[in-house]
Amino acid sequence: MSAGNILVWIVWIAAAASCLGSALAVVLLRNALFAALALIGNLVSLAVFYLLLSAEFVAAAQVLVYAGAVMVMFLFVIAYVGWDRDIAWTGGPSWQTLGGVLTAVALLAQLLVVIALEATNQLAHAKHVSASFGDPASIGRLFLSNHLLAFEVISIVLLVAAIGGVILGAQSRRRRTGGRR
Amino acid sequence: MLGPGIAWYLGVGSAVFAIGTAGVMLRRNPLIMLLALELMLNGANLVLIAFARGHGSLDGQVFALAVMAVAAAEAVVGLGLVVAMARRKIEIDVDLLSRLRK
Repeated sequence: MSAGNILVWIVWIAAAASCLGSALAVVLLRNALFAALALIGNLVSLAVFYLLLSAEFVAAAQVLVYAGAVMVMFLFVIAYVGWDRDIAWTGGPSWQTLGGVLTAVALLAQLLVVIALEATNQLAHAKHVSASFGDPASIGRLFLSNHLLAFEVISIVLLVAAIGGVILGAQSRRRRTGGRR
Repeated sequence: MLGPGIAWYLGVGSAVFAIGTAGVMLRRNPLIMLLALELMLNGANLVLIAFARGHGSLDGQVFALAVMAVAAAEAVVGLGLVVAMARRKIEIDVDLLSRLRK
């Protein structure tokens, strides 16, 4: 193993530990504010994975758009609603908790089995990629040529979601000021 | 490719997805359900980018960006619902939202 290889392994193990740890923290913490902060840690450690997979532009977009913009929106709403409400687990080992955990474990088990079966065949040989793999220019070119329709549909989805957000907020304000039915 | 192979990245992505699934099913606070939903989308994103690297094709990365945009849209609508619940003085608990209208 070369020195570079060992270095990448060390970075990978650190990123994997912080990724899985913060994912568990999101699910297990009672406080919604801390859960949101743990999700920011998860997003940043996933950006490290993206860098290791030579997806530089997606890593930058992840940190800017996700860990930046979307999570700030989450934190604003958590601050508005209040994070000290005591609503955490469904309460003890009920059938609901048991079913949720069993479903997640079964899902993980079958995914890992499928990956392990293919790990030595198809997944073992990653293709060599050029230095420009994953840079903004090539991704932009692909977005505006092969995936132009998807690009436009995404913009419509975002527009509709923004309008929907405004309508949801406006309706509840009207209901509050102008008499309840 | 230096470091671990593609299968390791797929394993971590699957684990994040499974943890997110458990969160969506176990938690009753819709804010934390939305956070767990973001976990699921990000696990899928990691798998997409790992496959893009494995096949040497950029299409997976383009689709990961599309997933990111859809996640932002989903967060806007979900958080709008939570704010509407808070404004109408409904307790923030999804079990109380079992019907669309009362």
